[in-house]
Amino acid sequence: MAPSLSIREAGDDLSDNVILKMKHISKRFPGVYALKDVSLDLRAGEVHALLGENGAGKSTLIKVLGGIYHAEEGEIEIDGKPVRIESVQDAEKNGIAIIHQELVLVPYMNVAENIYLGREPGKGFLADRKQMIREAQKILDDLGMDINAASLVRDLPIAQQQMVEITKAVSVNSRILVMDEPTSSISEKEVENLFRIMRDLTKKGVGIIYISHKMSELEEICDRVTVMRDGEYVDTKVVKETNKDELIAMMVGRTLTNYYVRDYLEPGEELLRVEHLSDGHRVKDVSFEVRKGEIVGFAGLVGAGRSETMQALFGLTKGSKGDIYIKGQKVDIKTPNDAISKGIALVPESRKEQGLYLIQDVRYNTTIEILKEFIGHLNVNTKKETEITQKYIDMMKTKTPSQQQTIGNLSGGNQQKVMIGRWLSTNPEILILDEPTRGIDVGAKSEIYAIMNDLLKTGVSIIMISSELPEIINMSDRVYVMADGMVRGCIDHGEVSQETIMQLAAI
Amino acid sequence: MSDTKKKGSAPVSTNPAMMFLRENMGIIIALFILCIFLSVFPGTSSSFPTVKNMFNVLRQISSNLLLACGMTMVIILGGIDLSVGSVIALSGVLAAGCVSRYGMAIPPAMLIGVVIGVVIGMFNGIVVAKTTIPPFIVTLATMNIARGLAGVYTGGSPVRVVSKEWQFLGAGYIGGVPVPVIIMIIVFIISVLIMNRTKIGRYIYAVGGNTLAAKFSGISVWRVKFLVFTYSGLMAGLAGVILASRMYSGQPTAGEGAEMDAIAAVVVGGTSMSGGSGKLGGTLIGALIIGILSNGLNLMNVNSFWQTVVKGVVILLAVFIDYIRNIKKAD
Repeated sequence: MAPSLSIREAGDDLSDNVILKMKHISKRFPGVYALKDVSLDLRAGEVHALLGENGAGKSTLIKVLGGIYHAEEGEIEIDGKPVRIESVQDAEKNGIAIIHQELVLVPYMNVAENIYLGREPGKGFLADRKQMIREAQKILDDLGMDINAASLVRDLPIAQQQMVEITKAVSVNSRILVMDEPTSSISEKEVENLFRIMRDLTKKGVGIIYISHKMSELEEICDRVTVMRDGEYVDTKVVKETNKDELIAMMVGRTLTNYYVRDYLEPGEELLRVEHLSDGHRVKDVSFEVRKGEIVGFAGLVGAGRSETMQALFGLTKGSKGDIYIKGQKVDIKTPNDAISKGIALVPESRKEQGLYLIQDVRYNTTIEILKEFIGHLNVNTKKETEITQKYIDMMKTKTPSQQQTIGNLSGGNQQKVMIGRWLSTNPEILILDEPTRGIDVGAKSEIYAIMNDLLKTGVSIIMISSELPEIINMSDRVYVMADGMVRGCIDHGEVSQETIMQLAAI
Repeated sequence: MSDTKKKGSAPVSTNPAMMFLRENMGIIIALFILCIFLSVFPGTSSSFPTVKNMFNVLRQISSNLLLACGMTMVIILGGIDLSVGSVIALSGVLAAGCVSRYGMAIPPAMLIGVVIGVVIGMFNGIVVAKTTIPPFIVTLATMNIARGLAGVYTGGSPVRVVSKEWQFLGAGYIGGVPVPVIIMIIVFIISVLIMNRTKIGRYIYAVGGNTLAAKFSGISVWRVKFLVFTYSGLMAGLAGVILASRMYSGQPTAGEGAEMDAIAAVVVGGTSMSGGSGKLGGTLIGALIIGILSNGLNLMNVNSFWQTVVKGVVILLAVFIDYIRNIKKAD
């Protein structure tokens, strides 16, 4: 004991540039500890990454800081003085701003109104709209955002909405800024801009807590990283002194070998050929082919038209034109049902909005595509329904307390596994996965890669849209790169790299 | 919280009947307490717990439950159908008119009444399914149109039908059981079968729970919407004819506010107005609670204005209990 007391690390307790200290925070939900004795300190001018799998307690910790949850134990100090944060207003008063994962903008208000929501400039009831738009535009321009302050938020693409959210948080001049996965839905260019803004802020002494699943971002922008697992504090490291493997091992509590699982086999004959597909809007004359047993990656910036291409192929877009051949036979796909009957399955990009029935249970969500296999003549074969559900829970290694568990209560990774299981139940030959690992933790990611690899051996072909370049590069046989609704090129596995992709993707 | 380690405490039964009991424990207990109270309360203990009074209650709730069956589906779908009360009037006066004005035989006349309901339901369904106009607005419009047409057709006075045969549907008995009660039971069973044992039943939950996901699932969303509103119209047409039969006449003011009573039964029964969840069993209990309560208050000679106040309080209590439960669940 004694010797360790004399050793003090630089920047520890005595350092005066620690602006925030969360000490021994514990938070219980009925039956479980969501947080157990978690500590975190943030220095002025640093970007401090908070890392952990989904369910590790990162968001809970942030909600305690933001006054949304109350911790049963522990205390929060700002500038060395203990503070009580009982509400969102308390947090704001203490200079804390949080950019949540979910967008909380008002869609029918313009950008300026959203930025100034609740603190409109001007006297009395009447906010001076022109002045507000002028000032908001100035802030946006200063931050290098290519956004018009007068446009309605609902008319902006998701990526730009995210940037408005960031602008809003930055504009309140907070000293402690929390960003919960801010880059999950914005393009590379906007990520660069965001990082530039973050660097400017840290120069002014702002401390930033940064939550992200993307390891590459950590190295680029963060100074220190705190890892959490199962609601507990694991360790804090200086980013430069650690590496990806070590961090992943800390997150999952074991060493992950073979993060990307992929056996490259000789692909079989042509399975799908799409020629001159257009939707009259976001998809312009797209042609590509998929052979049996291969993963075809679709890379590109956000808004390149990749999801729209797959939705048109899947029969979701009215009035799309183009020729689709399956095994050399021309097919007509007008509705998703046509696509399903032709052996195509689409696991959409946005789990919660486009995929899940959140208030229903795992069983309902698994079997919705194949009701005819167990419902008929006013009779539900519950035994069969249970068997089918169990089959896909086992196949996907989904962690759920029971089949009756409401799916909204599962972690993102397990929700995604249920989604993939649902679509595998249709026995597809062509499985389209749109951002299959977005927002899910590394453990589940690796498991999904292994499942994809196994599926190829059963003769399924996979089309994978992904904005995560390492994933595209390590999993695909070939990569189509799209930009502005068009296919800009196709790169074989041997030649694919971040550079070759970005050269084609950048407009 | 997204935490898979939060294990379900005790092993829970998956038997649908047991699950139903567990989910609706609150209102089932409320119904029991109400019945026991009315059976022992001095003012009602002699008149309430009799077979005659039970049939009386069931007959009183029969048309409300018919509407509520359709309404439950519409609300689970994420919609609302305000037109059903007016459809009662229109289908009633047209069925009665076919007999008294055009000398039509009674069965086809009644069928026409029912068909009117179906047609209005189909119209609601088509507009709701093929446009993005909110169901509230669409059915608000058809509510006014149907009520107005009933007035135009009758000039504001009842269309009388004097015939024993005409009264059979609303006031007749089969084996000592009132005919409307028999119809109610059959319709309720059919509705439960549709919701629990058919694909369309599950699709209703899917569309109400997440319309976009339903589209991605390949569910024909517009067809589900169309069918559900048509079914609600069918229920209203049926209720209209039964009511006209019981009152020996088609009345242009029949069914005023009936849509609200149906919504009340659905809501008291625990179906969420935001769509995607709910059960017909709950609606049945909701309709029973409201029906028995007003029966009990009648037997106690409480005036009708106070009865309306009590009904409002019951609705508020029911949704409040639901709200508390949801808060607990969310924790």
